[in-house]
Amino acid sequence: MNESRESRSVAAWVAPALLPAINLALALALSAVVIVLVGENPLRALRLLATGAFGNAEAIGYTLYYATSFVFTGLAVAVAFHGGLFNIGAEGQAYIAGLGVALLCLGAGGWPTVLVVPAAVLVAGAFGAGWAFVPAWLQAKRGSHVVITTIMFNFIASAVMTHLLVNVLIKPGQQSPETREFDPSTWLPQLAEVAGALGVEIGRSPLNLSSLLALGAGALVWLYLWHTRWGYELRALGHSEAAAVYGGIVPARIVIVALSISGALAGMVSLNEVMGVQHRLLMNFPGGAGYVGIAVALMGRNHPIGIVLAAILFGGLYQGGAELSFDMPKLTRDMVVVIQGLIILVCGALEHALRGPVEALFRRSPAASQA
Amino acid sequence: MSESLLIAALLAAATARGAAPLVLAALGGLFAERSGIVDIGIEGKMLASAFAAAATAAVTGSAWVGLGAGLAASVALALAHGFACITHHGNQVVSGMALNITMSGLTAVLGNAWFQQGGQTPLLGGGGRFAPIQLPGAASLTGVPGLGLIYGEVVSGHNVLVYAAAAAVPVVAWLVYRTRFGLRLRAVGENPGAVDTAGISVAGTRYRALVVSGVLCGLAGAYLSIAHNASFIRDMSAGKGYLALAALIFGQWRPVPTLGACLLFAFADTVQARLQGTPLPGVGVVPVQLIQALPYVLTVALLAGFVGRAVAPRAIGAPYAKER
Amino acid sequence: MRGIDKWFGAVHANRDVSLVVRAGTIHGIVGENGAGKSTLMGILYGYYRPDRGEILVRGRPAVFRSAQDALAAGIGMVHQHFMLVEPFTVLENVVLGVEGGFRLGGGLARARAELERLGREYHLEVDPDARVADLGVGQRQRVEILKALYRGADLLILDEPTAVLTPPEADHLFEILRALRRQGKTVLLITHKLREIREVTDVVTVMRQGRVVATLPTAETTAERLAELMVGRSVALRVDKTPSRPGEPVLEVEDLVVEDGWGVRRVKGVSFAVRRGEIVGVAGVAGNGQSELLEALAGIRPVTSGQIHWKARELTDAAPRSPRRWRQLGLSHVPEDRHRMGLVIPFAGRESAILGYHGDATYNGPIRLHRGAVAASWDRQVAEFDIRPGDGLLPTSAFSGGNQQKIVLARELDRNPDLLLIGQPTRGVDIGAIEFIHRRLVALRDAGKALLVVSVELDEILALADRILVMHDGRIVGDVPRASASERELGLMMAGVSEPS
Repeated sequence: MNESRESRSVAAWVAPALLPAINLALALALSAVVIVLVGENPLRALRLLATGAFGNAEAIGYTLYYATSFVFTGLAVAVAFHGGLFNIGAEGQAYIAGLGVALLCLGAGGWPTVLVVPAAVLVAGAFGAGWAFVPAWLQAKRGSHVVITTIMFNFIASAVMTHLLVNVLIKPGQQSPETREFDPSTWLPQLAEVAGALGVEIGRSPLNLSSLLALGAGALVWLYLWHTRWGYELRALGHSEAAAVYGGIVPARIVIVALSISGALAGMVSLNEVMGVQHRLLMNFPGGAGYVGIAVALMGRNHPIGIVLAAILFGGLYQGGAELSFDMPKLTRDMVVVIQGLIILVCGALEHALRGPVEALFRRSPAASQA
Repeated sequence: MSESLLIAALLAAATARGAAPLVLAALGGLFAERSGIVDIGIEGKMLASAFAAAATAAVTGSAWVGLGAGLAASVALALAHGFACITHHGNQVVSGMALNITMSGLTAVLGNAWFQQGGQTPLLGGGGRFAPIQLPGAASLTGVPGLGLIYGEVVSGHNVLVYAAAAAVPVVAWLVYRTRFGLRLRAVGENPGAVDTAGISVAGTRYRALVVSGVLCGLAGAYLSIAHNASFIRDMSAGKGYLALAALIFGQWRPVPTLGACLLFAFADTVQARLQGTPLPGVGVVPVQLIQALPYVLTVALLAGFVGRAVAPRAIGAPYAKER
Repeated sequence: MRGIDKWFGAVHANRDVSLVVRAGTIHGIVGENGAGKSTLMGILYGYYRPDRGEILVRGRPAVFRSAQDALAAGIGMVHQHFMLVEPFTVLENVVLGVEGGFRLGGGLARARAELERLGREYHLEVDPDARVADLGVGQRQRVEILKALYRGADLLILDEPTAVLTPPEADHLFEILRALRRQGKTVLLITHKLREIREVTDVVTVMRQGRVVATLPTAETTAERLAELMVGRSVALRVDKTPSRPGEPVLEVEDLVVEDGWGVRRVKGVSFAVRRGEIVGVAGVAGNGQSELLEALAGIRPVTSGQIHWKARELTDAAPRSPRRWRQLGLSHVPEDRHRMGLVIPFAGRESAILGYHGDATYNGPIRLHRGAVAASWDRQVAEFDIRPGDGLLPTSAFSGGNQQKIVLARELDRNPDLLLIGQPTRGVDIGAIEFIHRRLVALRDAGKALLVVSVELDEILALADRILVMHDGRIVGDVPRASASERELGLMMAGVSEPS
């Protein structure tokens, strides 16, 4: 009895702090094997990654820009996870939200930015939530497995958006399937601009207001999950449906609300990409952010602080990966995808495998010190 | 009259070629899912196999050796999935997604590093790929209208893996419904407790199912790179693995309906390729993407219960823990 | 089996158990829940390894590492929860594991012939091509028995086989058992129903608290003696209390019928009332419908038919009987399974302490959940109920069983409910906390509240209840005031034996 309680208090700090680090180390080790297979030096590659990501101000800017999207999708996946649900559809939800934002920006040319920005936030959230609503409703009311439906909806989103971009929204006379550029008043303000207005100098970077929004979203999610009754209900449901029902919680309602919130968060990615950087709607602008969100949520253990940190890590991987492929042409940016996949594998699927030995390691030490 | 028959025959042949990888992959997924393991990783296995097959065929010059390598890669991944999910009770969906993502990156990295062609493997010629096989008498019979045309254009002229896919359906059906292995497979996906108390190893049965799944997905992947195409191209599976999963669900996890679903999806794809820009009577130009989205929409409709009911193997997705 | 000892963690499930079963007999094993019967049978069937002791089959020592070994030794088990594959036919279920070859065709044909023979010989007729999903419970049980016989089992273990059968189905089962005995098979029948023991067994072994208390030829026993042995002379838990003065009824139940998830009737028409200032105890061996009754009353399980009146007003599904509504009306529920239902184990202690009331105005502003109010409430409950440790931020899993139960109790009692439904109040709770909990429950009664206590521990019912209802097989077979109840009489009722006139 005593032993298990000890291990529980050990686990209380081991789990959040140490395990992600060990998971990351393991994933990197496996990646190192790949790097060796390719004929390069893993340590040198790691160093290049790090410097490429954080070595100078411009690099940091890009890292944070990537991280912003990952924070949104990480939060999206995490909110769903807390309810015991797996939202693989963040990619499609972000994509469809881009449509909403593009329609707004195309139509609102000339409006004051201070009106357009909040409207865009609402539209992005609504479109993203809407795309998540159908799978959510199907899961809650019909028992259709949300994993399969969200994967299907990703593909449907891709088809719909391709059609719209190629046939409907394309700028007349142009070959590439994109809309025309938005009117500058509908561009999301750059952070450099905002800082400049406040008298602070920041270098050039794609960082825009959505990064601040991402942090705000993180705070709101934290508040929602741990400081409201709705977040309480979601977490209770995620741990034990029987306890939730006992506690007067209606699972179907919570599932729909949580997945819709998840979709809305994913939709915010479009603010960063479409409204903040590209200023037009392009094909596949989420670029895999929805799937990175899964890795970010798993590594960040579904907590906003962990998610922000993990998102920065992945942003660094993406930025550093680009730099890495210049110096080591044998390692393309796809190496980052490999690392991402391995992290998901280790943090997600093999979670239990590592927890046991790590806890056992710690259980022995306190006993030894008492002896 | 004979022209429309010719068009029909060509469409049918193209459908068969398009359906072959789907059929093989979906049947692979069938084994895994029937045993109770969610198989999101079909895409990853196909991609890995496609790469391994093409790379090995390019190096050795033999399509058969390439095929072997593709099978080995796919089986290895299937076993890894099993290791995470069966032995370590990991989350099956997460494991599958992880495999897909890792393979997507890995094949690109290795392809680029080893062959320096932007992720592509060298073009295969001669013995390096599976060429279309002309069945005996096909050339002469093609002129004969009706059956001869069908024999010449539709039945003959495919590479060996297409014929393998066609043969796979009855073989899999036989395996699943008429053998001891199939009985245990279906049992373990419905009620692992019943299997356990009957003295059979649940884990063993599931691992065996995953190996078969690996073989079939390996065939599907190899088809893409060394039979249908002549090399591996980045991300060449292009979502076919998910499409195969959709077909499996649409086919209610049964071999013959799954074949039907695969043919339906492949037919839609073939038609949309031919119809690009051609207006249909009464409807106008149907956007290509709508047809591309059709399989996915149909699957969602099925899952929602609007088009029949999809009853998955009961024990799917849950790691088996002996309840004592 | 000789000298079998088995521990599960700190629980000594089997203590020095020795059992001799003779061929060609029907041997009954009786005991209450927790007596160790299921553990013993699990050892015999190869699920567990005994920590001490040995098993001899036909005089030779045998070691069972798995179900396969037991099957090979001729031991077959018919589980309480059937291990059948629903979409399969009867034939397919029977041959699973002994298919007789890689190709099914030949094996199935042989099995079909054998099944026909078995069916004839043992009154086990079943249609081999019927899908199990379409079969009723009684028929499914026959398939389970056929499975064991098909494998050549000479010894069949049946674990509470009549729990899900109707009386005619149960009688048919006894026919089957007698036929088996005639053919020289041996049957081990685990049950707590004395009627079955008397009707069909040759020898009966009574177990209590992990030990074998007695082994007697059935013919030499009486129901009273068996009940006495089962229930035993236990330490009476005394709670000092004044006699109750019940007021008007708070809850009235009429002809309540509750079915479980498989459509089997678990509560078969019960009627009773619980009054203010009264503790009604529901006694009975686990599995006789008490859990389903409690869950139905608490709004967690749907009611098949019958009426529930709350303070003389009928509650129908139109105004749904949901847990949320019940809490609003003033009914609190301490569930039997506190781990799965009553608490959210990974939550912090003080988060579990607001489960069900997390939406209350006391804890919430328009948006925010006030951590301060939650903490204050926790501190108050810790002080009142002596919950240790008092740190509300520790995960609920870090609290001992007794303290976890106190958390649940404190939470539910804090609402000053008019009626408290409580199941297994002191399961897994240490002795000091038991006393405390019992005193609190009586105090609630003295404050004019109504309580319905369900417990499998007869001592607890005897200590707490003012009025005792005994449930057996889904019905109330006894309604006695505490003052006039005797252990012996209650034990008989619990075992399904009606009072000899």
